Amino acid sequence: MSDFNVVNVSRRDVLKTLGLATGFVVSSAVVPKGIRALANRALADGILADRLEPSVYLALDTDGMVHAYIHRVEMGQGARTGLTQILADELEANWDRIHVVPAFGDLKFGSQNTDGSTSIRMFYDAFRMAGATARHMLEDAAAAEWGVARDQVEATDHKILNKVTGRSQDYRDFVAAAALLTAPAAESVTLKTRAQHRYIGKPVRNLHMEEFATGSSIYGQDVRREGMVYAVAARPPSVGGKLTGYNREAALAVSGVLDVVELPEMKAGWGFQPLGGVAVIATNTWAAIQGRKALAASFDGGPNGSFDTTEYEASLWRSIDAGGEETYARGDVDTALAGSARRITADYFVPFQHHAPMEPPAATAEWIDGKLNIWTSCQDPQAVQNTVAPYVGVAAEDIYVEATLLGGAFGRKSKPDFAVEAAVLATHAQRPVKMIWTREDDVQHGFYHAISAQRVDVGLDASGRVQAWDHRAAYPSLMETATGQQTDAATSFEVGPVMEQPLVVPHMRIRSGEAKAHVRVGWLRSVTSIQHAFAMGSMIDEIAEVTGRRPDEVWQDLFGSVLTGADLTDASRREPRPLVAERLGAVLRRVTEMSGYGRALPPGTGIGLAAFTSFGSFTAAALEVSVSEDGEVHVPRAWTAIDCGLAVSPERVTSQMEGAVVFGLTIALHGAITVKNGAVEQDNFDGYQVCRINEAPEVEVAIFENEHPLGGAGEPGVPPVAAALSNGIFAAVGKRIRRLPVGDQLTG
Amino acid sequence: MPKYSLRINGSVHDVDVAADTPLLWVLRDVLGMTGTKFGCGANQCGACTVHLDGAPARSCTRAISGAANREITTIEGLGAEGLTTLQNAWLAEDVPQCGYCQSGQLMAASALLADNPDPSDEDIDRAMLRNICRCGTYQRIRKAIHRAAREG
Repeated sequence: MSDFNVVNVSRRDVLKTLGLATGFVVSSAVVPKGIRALANRALADGILADRLEPSVYLALDTDGMVHAYIHRVEMGQGARTGLTQILADELEANWDRIHVVPAFGDLKFGSQNTDGSTSIRMFYDAFRMAGATARHMLEDAAAAEWGVARDQVEATDHKILNKVTGRSQDYRDFVAAAALLTAPAAESVTLKTRAQHRYIGKPVRNLHMEEFATGSSIYGQDVRREGMVYAVAARPPSVGGKLTGYNREAALAVSGVLDVVELPEMKAGWGFQPLGGVAVIATNTWAAIQGRKALAASFDGGPNGSFDTTEYEASLWRSIDAGGEETYARGDVDTALAGSARRITADYFVPFQHHAPMEPPAATAEWIDGKLNIWTSCQDPQAVQNTVAPYVGVAAEDIYVEATLLGGAFGRKSKPDFAVEAAVLATHAQRPVKMIWTREDDVQHGFYHAISAQRVDVGLDASGRVQAWDHRAAYPSLMETATGQQTDAATSFEVGPVMEQPLVVPHMRIRSGEAKAHVRVGWLRSVTSIQHAFAMGSMIDEIAEVTGRRPDEVWQDLFGSVLTGADLTDASRREPRPLVAERLGAVLRRVTEMSGYGRALPPGTGIGLAAFTSFGSFTAAALEVSVSEDGEVHVPRAWTAIDCGLAVSPERVTSQMEGAVVFGLTIALHGAITVKNGAVEQDNFDGYQVCRINEAPEVEVAIFENEHPLGGAGEPGVPPVAAALSNGIFAAVGKRIRRLPVGDQLTG
Repeated sequence: MPKYSLRINGSVHDVDVAADTPLLWVLRDVLGMTGTKFGCGANQCGACTVHLDGAPARSCTRAISGAANREITTIEGLGAEGLTTLQNAWLAEDVPQCGYCQSGQLMAASALLADNPDPSDEDIDRAMLRNICRCGTYQRIRKAIHRAAREG
């Protein structure tokens, strides 16, 4: 991996060799003059590591090249470019002299789980500090070299200006000397002001754009190794099902097939385990696929072999009827509902959803000199290390895992079952193996977004104000996937988004009904905010309908601060409640204005609104929806707004928001995974339909900028979309959509 | 196994594979040309789009026996002599997000423009309907095609 010649000597040894006193600390306060000459001599003698590395996130070579260790993965959200912008900005680096090292699994980086819209907001401070510290050390070395005061030097664009002489010198001239210095204490490092930013918040092109446009970008599916073979597997259709038979000889008879290998059976406590089954190894992917057909593998149904989503939905509604476990309450909902002047009750349903990233999962594993190496399109290289380790009998940290580019992920590739399969097969075959998931594998063996039933009871007073909000939900928890612990109802964490919306409702209760998981439940872009934003956003529109008021006014009236800080369970929400309400109100107001909400529209056309806070950000959507006489839904235009505090890559935040509208429309219009006899009924894009270009609206995006803490950008655009669509349909034709997907509900 | 002689991006490649092997896997696994992507294997998503004699074709369902003796162009051949106007338009509009489907999008779009140098939105939607982008870059694809048409 390393491009460098890192000499294995300690700094103390170097200082000794340079004749500096034992115990002498080369601090930024007392940099000895002439240190550069000493450093260069030490370099020439081969006793000095030839790089300045004040942080795990960056290193400078003596030719001035910056190596940026961007430990989070790139899957289209722009994190790799965004984090590089942050680092380069504080370093005052020239963009063309930065080499970005792909993410490889190592605990030293902190969390690499590229999930939860966290990359920028979680690492903004650390990356700024890393860049600024290196800049500071280069300036110290230059000041010492020139014998001028610290404030007489200034780093700009990979050069350091000597203000006394007016001359500038390249960073490369000071790297070796700076490498001898002790990194300054954090409090003595000056960070730039926003006005001084060179890359942060500026239109910087995504690092991979040219590769994308020429087909040269490498994803997990594209990895090639010398001597590599290809594998596909037949897996049990239902989770926990066991392999009962297969025709090994028939598979081996297929031209190109090399071997047939049984995969380890799944154990209790699902986690990220692979499903088991049997793999075919071949000289190319097609031969492996043909070999798999020839296997005619059979499986028993196992404990989930009779699972049926139609029956399961009925059980979810029974759970709702039964009430469920209270996860949150304020005031006295029952009394408030009983005493309300008007009540509205509505049931909302969202089926299982699937990620369906354009790149199906893939991983390549190879043992090299006794060490296992894995190249894969994963969202968390550390999760790959941890999940694979027990299957191959080595320590997690001894497995080298490199994240390739990801051809989309949306949460699917945070679960590295496919990498385990590759590792097991490479161990068996003793040669590099690429495990390829076909689209059928991807659609049928996913970690699905939970099927959900929700019932919302709202009580209004005589003037139409909402006094009580009683929210019941029943859906299988993602916790068995996340923790390996069977969990038979959505947890308070999962229903949390309901409570986190800043609604001025004095009496509120949230209950979660029993719902055992029978398929692997995962997290999909914006997670449970998907169904909760749909139910809440729809109900607010229903309140407007019942009270005869404009929806935008009802929304704004509902935003306020009933809760206190102590009510909040989300520690990442570092703000007082009134501010949450104000920020959410502001983004909704913006899309209301952008869309010209309230303007006259042709018959059969309406604008739907919704807003939601998630992942520390605030988003709103306005969708112009037209419904034709034969019930076809069309969304020609959409307006969205996001307040994420600061958009490091405004262009990427814009593209994430545009894409989120399409992603949300897929959920609202088409998305549905159904299961019969334990097996998923869809197997490709003809069954699991996603939006195509003819359904994609023109999206206009507004980005707020302020001094508030950073929020996420990859996921928060999704939640408001489905409610905005159904509210738009209501505005257009007066029909209320309470079940997703819309499908043919309007055409029937 | 039969031998096939393929003309790809102007060069001849001899391959020795089963007759039913789709062109996609010959490109990717046998020849190592991974710019053409695997998305569905079922003629559903367009990630594997190449040109056969200038017309867009889904390489995932096109058996090699039917691709021999045709002029095959892949994404690697599209900008072989410098980025095309279309590719530059893609950059100017910052179209890709994850990038995975974009080879197929570009091949479909270049075939469209060869056929129709000034397509309307409806023409674009019709021609690009079979290419899925799960990231949802569709509106930028439309813009980039219009830009490429303008900049010819």
